[in-house]
Amino acid sequence: MMIDDLSRRLIDRYQHGMPLCAEPYRAMADELGCDESEVLARLEQLQEFGGLSRIGPVFEHSRAGASTLVALAVPQARLEQVAARISAFPEVNHNYLREHHYNLWFVLTGPNRPHLDRLLAEIEADTGLVPLDLPMLHAYRIDLGFPLGEPS
Amino acid sequence: MSIALNDLQAMHLRRLLEAGLPLAARPYRQLAEQIGSSEEQVLDQVRRWQEDGLFRRVGLVLKHRALGFRANAMLVLDIPDAEVDEVGRRLGQAAGVNLCYQRPRRLPQWPYNLFCMVHGREREQVCQLIETLLAEHGLSEVPHQLLFSTRAYKQCGGRYAPPLEREAAHG
Repeated sequence: MMIDDLSRRLIDRYQHGMPLCAEPYRAMADELGCDESEVLARLEQLQEFGGLSRIGPVFEHSRAGASTLVALAVPQARLEQVAARISAFPEVNHNYLREHHYNLWFVLTGPNRPHLDRLLAEIEADTGLVPLDLPMLHAYRIDLGFPLGEPS
Repeated sequence: MSIALNDLQAMHLRRLLEAGLPLAARPYRQLAEQIGSSEEQVLDQVRRWQEDGLFRRVGLVLKHRALGFRANAMLVLDIPDAEVDEVGRRLGQAAGVNLCYQRPRRLPQWPYNLFCMVHGREREQVCQLIETLLAEHGLSEVPHQLLFSTRAYKQCGGRYAPPLEREAAHG
């Protein structure tokens, strides 16, 4: 997708934090020296092209509830079906295909650990595959932002 | 300070925030209308959560693949337990490493206990970066694997707040 200068500046400046006030997009526009309508248009465009997941908080999962990274070794022939089944859980995010014997990787989140245990049991019963349950023990780096850098 | 939201309103607001702020001039007023409160009450609650550390950050949440960062590798390493904290701290600070977590081994299927995410535009560039990273930190001989993602089936934020029905059932 085409990313113009204003979109790039929005992304680089507001990935890590944004003004917390009644009119955040106006505040962003004031800081960047443009109109609020331009900010809204760029964000809408980014969302439309799939570059923007959402605007708002990223929850600290140790405070917000429970989460774990899960891997499944899915036979090639069943991949589409199992991946769709997994994605259908509202508690699943970041469901990726990866090059490995354990080829389907996703994050499970929920209000507490027993909720995740129930989901893991359900996934195993549904798919007949034994999930690898890999909860985070320690975070050495959690920042998910990254610089867009030079236009490409 | 305005009157605090009641528990049900607060939980409803959390669920709405997990899905993201509306793209409108007054996004918090829209959320307030949905939970039956004032805009000020919503903003105060969000600020309180922010101060309490419920959020890691509040901002634009991007989809790196769509933005051209198509080469996304998960580097997993098997580091002796006594050294994992020290290695994790070093790799967590290294340029190009977006995430660095310790996770449990699951033997015999899964021997790796340290996970790093590296994003880049090209696969070659990411491989190169990781090779250099491992060499610089004396980890080239440590058992490790590189798991590139080849497809994103789903990418969204976590859903922590319990669903409404369950809440209602528990009164």
